Amino acid sequence: MKLKTLFTTTAVSAAVMVASSAMAGEITVMSWGGAYTKSQTEAYYKPWEAETGHKVNSVDSDNPATPIKAQVEAGNVSIDVADIEYSDAIRLCDEGLLEEIDTSSLPAAPDGTAATADFIEGAITDCAVANIVWSTVFAYDSSKISGDAPTTLADFYDTAKYPGKRGMRKAAKANMEMALIADGVAPADVYSVLETEEGVQRALDKMATIKDDIIWWEAGAQPPQLLADGEVAMTTAYNGRIFNAAIGEDKPFEIVWDGQILDFDLYAVPKGAPNKELAMEFITYATATERLAAQASWIAYGPARKSSADLVGLFNDGKTEMAPHMPTAPANMKTALVNNYEFWADRDSELSEQFNAWLLAN
Amino acid sequence: MSETAAQVADTLAVKPIDQAVDQPITAADGTPLKVALARATRKAKWRAFVLVLPLLLFVLITFAIPIVEMLTRSFYNDAFSANMPNLVAYFEDNEIESVPDEAGFAALAADLKQARENKTIGVVATRVNYEVPGSRSQFTSAARKTKKLEPPFKEAIIALDEDWNDVRLWNVMQRASNPISASFYLAATDRRYDENGDKVWVDKKRRIYIKLFVNTLLLSLGIALICLVLAFPVAHLLATLPLRYSNLLMIFVLLPFWTSLLVRTTAWIALLQSQGVFNDMLVGTGIIGDESRMQLMYNMQGTVIAMTHILLPFMILPLYSVMKTIPPTYVRAARSLGATSWTAFWKVYFPQTVPGIGAGVLLVFILAVGYYITPALVGGSTGQLISNLIAFHMLKSLNWSMAAALGAILLFIILVLYWLYDKLIGIDNMKLG
Repeated sequence: MKLKTLFTTTAVSAAVMVASSAMAGEITVMSWGGAYTKSQTEAYYKPWEAETGHKVNSVDSDNPATPIKAQVEAGNVSIDVADIEYSDAIRLCDEGLLEEIDTSSLPAAPDGTAATADFIEGAITDCAVANIVWSTVFAYDSSKISGDAPTTLADFYDTAKYPGKRGMRKAAKANMEMALIADGVAPADVYSVLETEEGVQRALDKMATIKDDIIWWEAGAQPPQLLADGEVAMTTAYNGRIFNAAIGEDKPFEIVWDGQILDFDLYAVPKGAPNKELAMEFITYATATERLAAQASWIAYGPARKSSADLVGLFNDGKTEMAPHMPTAPANMKTALVNNYEFWADRDSELSEQFNAWLLAN
Repeated sequence: MSETAAQVADTLAVKPIDQAVDQPITAADGTPLKVALARATRKAKWRAFVLVLPLLLFVLITFAIPIVEMLTRSFYNDAFSANMPNLVAYFEDNEIESVPDEAGFAALAADLKQARENKTIGVVATRVNYEVPGSRSQFTSAARKTKKLEPPFKEAIIALDEDWNDVRLWNVMQRASNPISASFYLAATDRRYDENGDKVWVDKKRRIYIKLFVNTLLLSLGIALICLVLAFPVAHLLATLPLRYSNLLMIFVLLPFWTSLLVRTTAWIALLQSQGVFNDMLVGTGIIGDESRMQLMYNMQGTVIAMTHILLPFMILPLYSVMKTIPPTYVRAARSLGATSWTAFWKVYFPQTVPGIGAGVLLVFILAVGYYITPALVGGSTGQLISNLIAFHMLKSLNWSMAAALGAILLFIILVLYWLYDKLIGIDNMKLG
């Protein structure tokens, strides 16, 4: 009898859930634009729209974390789901600007492994679930380099050997770590060095050696453009953007994986999102094993679930094997540095201030 | 007889007044004219007020209130005081001169626990982190562990992190426990409180804001003057040409004016970048070699060029409207009386254009001081303005109090300049169009 009641309530609640989800809704998802938003549109938005009948309204920003505070504080939230970086996810969550995510609702892997065990360590936080692992690398245009190809971060800083401008993101994050690695600090020691005054100065001094040759970029779509225009000889960039320009658009760009900085991108729901329930449903759907694997066939970012790795196959051109282009491929990981999110949540404002002051000093 | 005379005199003297008091001039419906008139004008006033009410409300709600709200943040920040009640009470009774004893740490432990439960610990940590960089995780991790804390709290908390034993941190917390503080204004002028609570300059390498304010004002003034030099002949041409030519020319001035700011800025990037049209032309014609392409974008030149172009119409239009009203006969009269063309221009024509020059320079200068998109796109590192840092604090570092303090200082500087302008030239002399 009791079992029967349980069945009935489950059936009723399931029916209610089906009925409510059957009503077509619309959510707004904010991402980073360019090839990256395209990969998410193909891998998440379109299949979700086809399966559920809901609509995804896709908007882009240079950094989707930035509008969240303004929107939540003004009580006028228009974003349902935002794709944000790890340190931002921690910071915004601590400040109560994000909804908590019920991790038990995330689907298990196909082999039955629970979601919490299936995701790479650290990929699930209180308020956000990772979808990809991406990295900041540097890349060059091979048609413009004569002689030895650059292989290390030190080469990036060597304007005597490789003349030409350098593109860098106008931010402290990743640049400071790369400067230290280029200056000879082992990736494992980078954050302990950067914690000290001298370490910060050392990073800034290293950057100062090429300061006059740096062209600063802000949006992820800019570096491939700067390379293609010949404005810079080398540039730091998000690895997936370079991959898409190189493989997708046949540009002669090469990635150097030495000292790459790995980071997660996570899906989060701003506090007071207008379609919170639907947003959660979307995240549950998009971060399932096969969806994450599907995204990898559109851009060279690693899926955040272990079970997705085996499903990653060919790029959408039908011939390029994706595995070696992933930032997580063993060959690319040799000198990789995983972004220390706690360090940046702690020191972002301070280091950014010093970075800004350095930028303006002549 | 004398009585009668007195009576007559009396009546004569009193009667008109009596009449005025007893029978005042009335409107058609019998109400006194004065009252009727007041009622009628009051009605008209109300009608006028109701007509402007929508705009008034609109301006109030979308402009005045947000600005006041934002400026308040520059000196009022209750992130700490509202969420750490026990410590606030403790600081009220105790002046911090050294690291406090058990009572202080007990208050801290209670507050951390409470803030953890209310999910406000991040807000508190962020507030303190503004002044003690790196203390953020110290707060959040201590809050995570408060459940396991046992008295004596002082030893327990210091065991978590040695930095709790730092008097500077406690000084900052005491200051933060008062929601009204000058910390953000100090930071916005490159100063800070030291360990003793005295105001000191920040390290030389970190000074940035004062320099940037000066840069912004100089750059804006420069742009306004370049605009003036470029716009003056154009406006003169527009004002003196026959109508059918001047209308065509006017279209050339207005077309860019109507084009989106972003389009114009990106067009300049395409033109002036080192692999852009301009450099290609110079290299193609052999004027410069391929290695020595000029760097005109992503630096101060880029900002000045793009902003001058974008703000030029704001100079041309007021100049044009003033020059249009200057009768050409004045200059002709001066010439016929023997003035050289320069004297005629300088002594007769130019003084009459001053109201237009004043308006144009003030307009361009004030617009330039607050410019943000263009320097962000083409300014590189040397062509940045203070507004880019305000945007940085609004959007990236999320330190809105700091953004508000910078904004308030900028507003103050503009008001002072405006007052100065009024004193020197007189605001009534300005002619905007």
